[in-house]
Amino acid sequence: MKVVLQNLTKKFPNRDRKKHEDVIAVDNFNFEIPDGKLIGLLGPSGCGKSTTLNLISGLVKPSEGRIFFGEDDVTDLPPENRGIGLVFQNYALYPHLTVKQNILFPLQNFKGKDKLSKAQMLEKAVEAAKLVQIDELMERKPRELSGGQQQRVAIARALVKMPKVLLLDEPLSNLDARLRLQTREEIRRIQRETKITTIFVTHDQEEAMSISDMIVVMKDGVVHQIGQPQKVYDSPINMFVAKFLGTPPINIFNGQIRDNRLYIGEDAVLSVSGVSERAVYVGIRPEGFILNDEGAFRCALNRVEVMGRDISVVSTNKECLNPVIRSIINAENRADVETEQSGKDAVVRFDLIPAKVFLFDRETEERVDFEVR
Amino acid sequence: MVKRKFSRSSLKGWLYLLPAILFLGAFMVYPLIDVFVYSFEEGYNSASQTYFGTGMYNYSYVLHDPYFLQAVKNTFILVIITVPLSTGIALLISIGLHSIKPLRELFQTIFFLPYVTNTLAVGMVFMILFKKTAYSEGLINLLIAWFGGEGVDFIDGPYWAKMFVLCFYTIWVVMPFKILILTSALSGVNQEYYHAARVDGTSKFRIFMRITLPMISPMIFYLIITGFIGAFKAYSDVVALFGTDLNAAGMNTIVGYVYDMLYGDSGGYPSYASAAAIILFAIILTITCINLLISNKKIHY
Repeated sequence: MKVVLQNLTKKFPNRDRKKHEDVIAVDNFNFEIPDGKLIGLLGPSGCGKSTTLNLISGLVKPSEGRIFFGEDDVTDLPPENRGIGLVFQNYALYPHLTVKQNILFPLQNFKGKDKLSKAQMLEKAVEAAKLVQIDELMERKPRELSGGQQQRVAIARALVKMPKVLLLDEPLSNLDARLRLQTREEIRRIQRETKITTIFVTHDQEEAMSISDMIVVMKDGVVHQIGQPQKVYDSPINMFVAKFLGTPPINIFNGQIRDNRLYIGEDAVLSVSGVSERAVYVGIRPEGFILNDEGAFRCALNRVEVMGRDISVVSTNKECLNPVIRSIINAENRADVETEQSGKDAVVRFDLIPAKVFLFDRETEERVDFEVR
Repeated sequence: MVKRKFSRSSLKGWLYLLPAILFLGAFMVYPLIDVFVYSFEEGYNSASQTYFGTGMYNYSYVLHDPYFLQAVKNTFILVIITVPLSTGIALLISIGLHSIKPLRELFQTIFFLPYVTNTLAVGMVFMILFKKTAYSEGLINLLIAWFGGEGVDFIDGPYWAKMFVLCFYTIWVVMPFKILILTSALSGVNQEYYHAARVDGTSKFRIFMRITLPMISPMIFYLIITGFIGAFKAYSDVVALFGTDLNAAGMNTIVGYVYDMLYGDSGGYPSYASAAAIILFAIILTITCINLLISNKKIHY
C-alpha cells in the first residue's frame, strides 16, 4: 500500500498564552511513500517526526493537507478504520494480559464478516509470534520479558492483523546497543518477509541509514531532504543534513573561494571551478582526509586514536567550527602519524578527497555545487 | 563479622520502628487483647474490677439477644446494599468526569463537597429531605405527593423506609472519597494503552472491560475492602439520622449495640460489649480474608 502525504501540516495552539502564534509541528509535508518500502523518518528531537507518524496513524488530526493510503483518502478516517499497525516507543503492551492475549487482542476486535473463529485467531497469533521468534514465550506476562522480547511482542501485535501500513515510533530507543543492532536487522527482515509498507521514526541517523530504503530528514517540522540513505549522505542539500548524517560528524570549516581555489585559512586545499569568489562553509567528511607529508591542508596534531581497523586522527585548525577535526585514516598509514607526533607543535598535513568535500553558502547554508579542476 | 553487622543494622531498624510499635501496642494491641479477655469473663465490673467466672456465656447471651440479631441484620443489609452500589456509582461518575474536558475541575469540586461538609450540616439537609415534623412533610414526601403517591415517614416509619434513608445517606457520604480515588486511578492509566487499543479498532465497551477495569482493579479492590470495613463499623451516621435510642427504632448496628452495652440506657455490661465486639472483629476478618482470596485471582497489580 503506498502512502501519500499531501501538504500535510499540523499546528498546535501555543501553550504560552501571551504568544498567539501556533506551534507548527509539521509544515507542509509532501511525500509519496512507495508500496512495500521501509522508510525512516529522521531528525533531532522535537522536529515533528513523531507528530507525522501520529498523523499517519490518525491519532492526531492534521490542520491542513490530505493523507492517502493507495487511492483512498483516509484523512478523516479514525485510526481504527485505517488498517494500520502501530508500535509505540514504550511498546504499550497490556501488562495484565499474557503475550498470547496481547497478540490476540487486535484479532478479537474484528466484527461481522471479518470475525474469526478461536482456532483461526490462535493460528494467526502463533504465526505472528513465530515471525518475530517469540513463540516460546506465549504464556508469559510482559513484565517477565526483556526489553528486546517486549519489542518483538509489540511488533507481533501490530502485525497480526496484517496492517496495510506498519508504523514504528522510536522502536529501538529502549534497547541496549547490542540488542539495537540485532533488533534493527530483525525489523528489516520482518519488513522484507511481510512486504508491508513500514514507516519508522528515529533520532539515530545510523539506525535510519542502515535499514531504510529511503530516509526523510526533518528539522523544526520542515522536511529537508528525502532520498536513499547513501544518496542523502553523499549529496546533502544543506549543512543541517550534512551535519546530521554520519558518525563521527562532518567537519565544518570557514573557507574562501579565491582565484579558483578553495582556501581554508592560508591553505589552498582544492582547485575548484564553477563557483563565484566568496566566503563559504566547507564540510569535509572524516573519511575525506588522506595523510600526506606534502599535503596542502595543515592542521595542528592533537592525538591519534586507534580504533582497530581504522585510526582516527584528531587535530585542530583555527578555521574549524567543530571543537576538533576528526579524520578517519586507513590503519596502513598509522606509522607516518606516529613519527610526526614526536615534535611538540606537530603539524599533520592532509590531501582531501573532493567527493567528500561540500561547500555551503554562508547565508542560506544550502549546498553550493562545484567542480574539481 | 558479617552476622554482627547485620544484627546491628537490624537493631537500628527496630529503633526506628519503636515509636510506632509503642503507640500501636498501647492503644491497639493491648486493648484488643483486653477486649478478648473481657469477652470470656462473666459479669465483669469495670469499677470494682471483679467477675464471677469465665466461659462462653457472654457469647451465648449476645447471640441470643434479639437486639443483637437485629443489629447484625441491619449491618449486613447496609453492607450488602451500600458497598457495591456506592463503588459502582462512583465508578460511573469517575468515568464520566474523566471523559469530559470542560468544567471537569468544577464537577470534581462539586462531587467532593460532601467529604468536607460537616456531618451535622449533612444531617440537617437529610432532615429537611426526609423528616416529617409538625410543620413540614419533608421534601421527599412533598415530591411523592406531587407525583400522586402517598408520603411515608422515613425517620419514624416502616423499616424499609428507614433502611432506605440509611443506605441513601451512607452511599452519599462515602461517594466523594471513592470518586477521588477512582478519578486519580483513571488518570494514572497510561494513555498509550488507549491509543494502542484505538488503533486496533477496539470498541469503547471492550476498552473499558479489558483495559480500564483491569488497570484500575487494585484501586477498586482497595475501595471495596475499606468500604466493607467502614460499613460494618457504621454507627455515627445512624445516630445522626435516628437518634440515640437505636434499639427502639429497630435501626441499631453492631457497633451501636456495643456502645449501648457499655454506655447506653441499657448499659453497664462490658462483658457483653466485648463479646459483641469480638464477633464483629471475626466477621470483618472473615470478609476481608474472602476478599483477599478473590482478589488474588482477579486483581492485576
